[in-house]
Amino acid sequence: MEIQWYIGLAAALFCIGIVGVLTRRNSIIIFMCIELMFNAVNLLLVAFSKMHAASAAVQSNPSVVSDAQIFVFFIMVVAAAEVSVGLAIIVMLYRNTHSVDVNFLNRLKN
Amino acid sequence: MDPKNIWITFPELLTWFPLLAGLVAFFIRSEKSVKTWAIMAGLITLGISVVSLLYADPVKHLHLNNVSYFWLKNLGSNFTLGLDGMGRMLTVLTAISFPVIFIATYSTSYKNAHVFYGLMLLTQAGLMGVFTAMDVLVFYFFWELAVIPVYFLASRWGGERRILATFKFFVYTFAGSLLMLVGIIYVYMHTPGTDFSSHSFSMNAMYSALLSPTEKNWVFWLFFIAFAIKMPVFPFHSWQPDTYEQAPTATTMVLSGIMVKMGIFAVIRWILPIFPEAVLQFDNIIIGLSVVGMIYASLIAIKQDDLKRFVAWSSIAHIGLMCAAIFTRSEMGLQGVMIQMFSHGINIIGMWIVVDLIEKQTGTRKISELGGIAHKAPALTIFLVVIALANIALPLTNAFVGEFMMFSGLFGFNKIYTAVAGLSIILAAVYTLNMVQKVFYGETNAISAGMQDISLGQKLVLGVLVVFIFGFGVYPQPLFDLTKDTVAAILTRIN
Amino acid sequence: MSNIFQLIWLIPLLPLLGFLINGLGRKQLSKTMAGIIGSGTVFLSFVISLLVFLQLVNGNIPKEAIHYFDFINITAIRIGFDFQIDQLSSIFLLIITGVGFLIHVYSTAYIHDEEPKDYAKYFAFLNLFVFSMLLLVMGANFVIMFIGWEGVGLCSYLLIGYWFKNTNYNIAAKKAFIMNRIGDLGFLLAVFWLISKLGTADYHEVFANVSKLSVTDLTGITLLLFIGAMGKSAQIPLYTWLPDAMAGPTPVSALIHAATMVTAGIYMIARSNILYTMAPVTQGFVAIVGLATALLAATIALKQNDIKKVLAYSTVSQLGYMFLALGVGAYTGAVFHVMTHAFFKALLFLGAGSVIHAMSGEQDIRNMGGLKKYMSITHITFLLACLAIAGMPPFSGFFSKDEILAAAYTRSPLLWGAGVAGAIMTAFYMFRLYAMTFLGKFRGTELQQHHLHESPKAITIPLIILAILSVVGGLVGIPEVFMHGGHKLEAFLAPVFAQSNAITAKHAMSHATEYMLMGISVAAALAALVFAWTKFSKYQKTESTESGFGKILANKWYVDELYDTIIVKPVQLLATYFNNVFEKKGIDGFVNGVGKAVNYGSRQIRLLQSGQVGLYVLMMVLGILIFFIVQLFL
Repeated sequence: MEIQWYIGLAAALFCIGIVGVLTRRNSIIIFMCIELMFNAVNLLLVAFSKMHAASAAVQSNPSVVSDAQIFVFFIMVVAAAEVSVGLAIIVMLYRNTHSVDVNFLNRLKN
Repeated sequence: MDPKNIWITFPELLTWFPLLAGLVAFFIRSEKSVKTWAIMAGLITLGISVVSLLYADPVKHLHLNNVSYFWLKNLGSNFTLGLDGMGRMLTVLTAISFPVIFIATYSTSYKNAHVFYGLMLLTQAGLMGVFTAMDVLVFYFFWELAVIPVYFLASRWGGERRILATFKFFVYTFAGSLLMLVGIIYVYMHTPGTDFSSHSFSMNAMYSALLSPTEKNWVFWLFFIAFAIKMPVFPFHSWQPDTYEQAPTATTMVLSGIMVKMGIFAVIRWILPIFPEAVLQFDNIIIGLSVVGMIYASLIAIKQDDLKRFVAWSSIAHIGLMCAAIFTRSEMGLQGVMIQMFSHGINIIGMWIVVDLIEKQTGTRKISELGGIAHKAPALTIFLVVIALANIALPLTNAFVGEFMMFSGLFGFNKIYTAVAGLSIILAAVYTLNMVQKVFYGETNAISAGMQDISLGQKLVLGVLVVFIFGFGVYPQPLFDLTKDTVAAILTRIN
Repeated sequence: MSNIFQLIWLIPLLPLLGFLINGLGRKQLSKTMAGIIGSGTVFLSFVISLLVFLQLVNGNIPKEAIHYFDFINITAIRIGFDFQIDQLSSIFLLIITGVGFLIHVYSTAYIHDEEPKDYAKYFAFLNLFVFSMLLLVMGANFVIMFIGWEGVGLCSYLLIGYWFKNTNYNIAAKKAFIMNRIGDLGFLLAVFWLISKLGTADYHEVFANVSKLSVTDLTGITLLLFIGAMGKSAQIPLYTWLPDAMAGPTPVSALIHAATMVTAGIYMIARSNILYTMAPVTQGFVAIVGLATALLAATIALKQNDIKKVLAYSTVSQLGYMFLALGVGAYTGAVFHVMTHAFFKALLFLGAGSVIHAMSGEQDIRNMGGLKKYMSITHITFLLACLAIAGMPPFSGFFSKDEILAAAYTRSPLLWGAGVAGAIMTAFYMFRLYAMTFLGKFRGTELQQHHLHESPKAITIPLIILAILSVVGGLVGIPEVFMHGGHKLEAFLAPVFAQSNAITAKHAMSHATEYMLMGISVAAALAALVFAWTKFSKYQKTESTESGFGKILANKWYVDELYDTIIVKPVQLLATYFNNVFEKKGIDGFVNGVGKAVNYGSRQIRLLQSGQVGLYVLMMVLGILIFFIVQLFL
């Protein structure tokens, strides 16, 4: 498949993510949109990795082929860790304000 | 002398001894013993620097006066210290000043005296380092070491408006230091390398940095503004009257007696040799500024009512002349600056001692409230009049020789500037005699009625200064002999 | 014994020693001791000066300056601490130490009521003055001369303000010092000019290389030097300090403000005569300023009532004559007049001091009169001095004044005419002073009258000696028309002025003309004298105040007020403006303005930190978009 399709899909996912973050006030949805953007990037990384593996320069040094895919795993691990922290924050937020609306959270003290 | 037999050199002794003494002072909790300790340390430093005068031959005693350790060798900076004529003269001045200051202010009591004296001695170490540094990074290091304790001294032991004044002082000085640091790094990036690094901070490397004329022109200003703030030259002076007024008198003495010389010293040590073309290009602007500053400060001095501010403004006027004389690039002018650096230090410290004595006895520094002290304290008056006359550069006092030569150098540069700057000679007489008349002459009033004359110890301290005033006023040649190697070296570099 | 020249360092050193002993030991020394040390050191200097003078008269003249040590020695210039003795300086040495000694002796009696430590202080200052004045005339270069030049100014300041409790005296002292400093600046600039052109300040080298200087240089240097002389010798426009300087003790006025210090300007120009001869523009200027000062001061003196003020203006006027002489190239005449003036003016001041002493401090001549009866020695010596200053033959003033007027005539009869007008006024105000003080009836209080007495010996003996000198002092300069070879002084000084005399052609004057000029000036002065004598010997005190022109004269042409308006006030205003407005609003305003701007800016930017997470994200996205756009399209 042509690389353009992957790029288009990733861009679309990314834009959906951005618009979601910008427009929604529910922190859980914002969180999900951030995950969406992460995955758009992951998708791109995998797609480009595959594309590069076909090129001649890389074939002389096969270890490079898997670099981007290892990178994706890292991102997924970090994202998982982040989800656990993020969700914990949201739970605390809900306990304090009885809401998950981010606009309630406009001051750090009190 | 065989270099192998030398285990310590004069610049090291002069720098490290006050530093150590200062660190020890932090742990002496009794006020009386820390004062004694500081005086002892000051006298020992003085002894070292007097001995160093006997070993001043640049060839025979080379290894006694120069030392270099590895420091940041991969950056191209060695910890290089050395004493040349100018540096030696200023280290002697520093060494004389500190014991004099400590003894003269002996009766002042400070809260946490151990911290106060510790910081003072650290400042001394910093000053010694500045005057002996032969590597620009070391120079910068000591520059900050000298200045930073002053922030604490002024903000903890100062007068009522000390925080405001210190803040102003800090902002000015810090801005200057940063500009200088940027300048140093910029020049450093264009220096030739050493075995260990691609560039070098050493003095010779800085002197031979390859900069285009345009670069030199703007890097020159980075350095100059930093030093101009320290001196200070109009219009960078406004921190000075406030700081002098608010800082504790002992600190003010250090600031005005020695620290302003750092600026002048740095211009001669770094700016003239690194940027000779830029100096040539901007000499008119800088001399113009200095001359304007002289007249401006003299006029303002006429209007001062606070003795400390009065001395501060008169000092700005004198420094202006020194700055102008440096940029004439003449032997007359530079030699004049050399001798004047020393004389100005002695005279202004004497001035502060007298001001301090008056303030301690009467509790006021207001010229308008004082009067008739001459009747109550004739000895104090005699000392003040002698110092005041040195301040207005009367012949046979030390300041005359310096001013005569600086004006003479300036005359060779431009007649009109000299004539305008010369007006400050007249104005100096106006403001100094005004002050003497109002504070010392006339009938005694309620405030001065209770005054007593000064004690024997105070007479001795002031007497030492008066000996310097007349000694170098009649026979200034030793100071010329001491500094002429520096002047000659600078002149050959820039002409 | 030509090795007397090896002792000349003692001449200034002895008074310096006197200063140190009296100054440091002022609490221990008794009055007698202080007086002996003060006068004795000056007397020893006088003896050495006399020996030096005798050597010079015998033609034993040191060729070179005597070098003691290097004052400034760098590659660019070498200024030695050198002394030079020649005919000119030896005359001044004699005047300074001789008249100085007499005045020291006089002072021992005059200030006898002071406390011992003030007494010693007074002599210390007086000795310091003699030391500075000796440096001034003995120096072999302009720098040493300048050291003495400022030193005498300092001593004048200290002695005018000797009674430091009185604020007015202090102000007078300050004024004297500052006005002198204005002149000193001119002097300094001239020295710098010489150094920058010739690389030396030594007299020998400067005068030998005078041809290397361009006309501009010469004119500039001489004008600047003359500004120095204006300050020190009280010429227009810097003369106003001298009358105020009368605040000091009277012997001080006699020594400093009549006999010696104020003649420093004349010495300086006479010393550098070749520079002036080569700069005719300056010479003309000097002559005009001198003449104008002579006339202006004389007019003011006509209406003064303070005995010392009259003498002060008379001094200013006589100094004007000396500058007229210098301006027309009659250097010998100027030095001659310095000498005779030192005698008779010191005598006048000391006589006035004796009168003031007797009158218990009264200085207003309207309250005097008839003192002839009570103080015969003072009276006679004062009369002799008045005759001398009025130019009556054969008193000393006649010879010196006549020489100046004759020299002025050869330049222009106009100068001569104005000079004679001044001489007439001199005769008038001096005899007005004399008549009001010594003739007629006593007009003071009874208490004063009761106290009237002749002064003690320490006062009268110096008066008598000076009176003798005032009478016969002119005989060293008898003009050629009276006696061939009579002008001993001219012959003696000739080597000093040889360089100048070689340039200027001698204007010969017929004997008939010279007799006529002399006759006219003497007759006119005599008429003024007689008129003043008759008019004021029967003076009665009236309450009426001066009006019209007399008021202007009594108020000294309002010159002090004029200076106050055009110089002092504007400087004060400017200083106030700088202090209160420019420094606070301008410099500090700028510095604080930077601080305020940062403060204001951050307060505005703080509004962006609303705490709305959505807003932050939006900004971030916008930022990235802008970044992309810039990256991709620009």
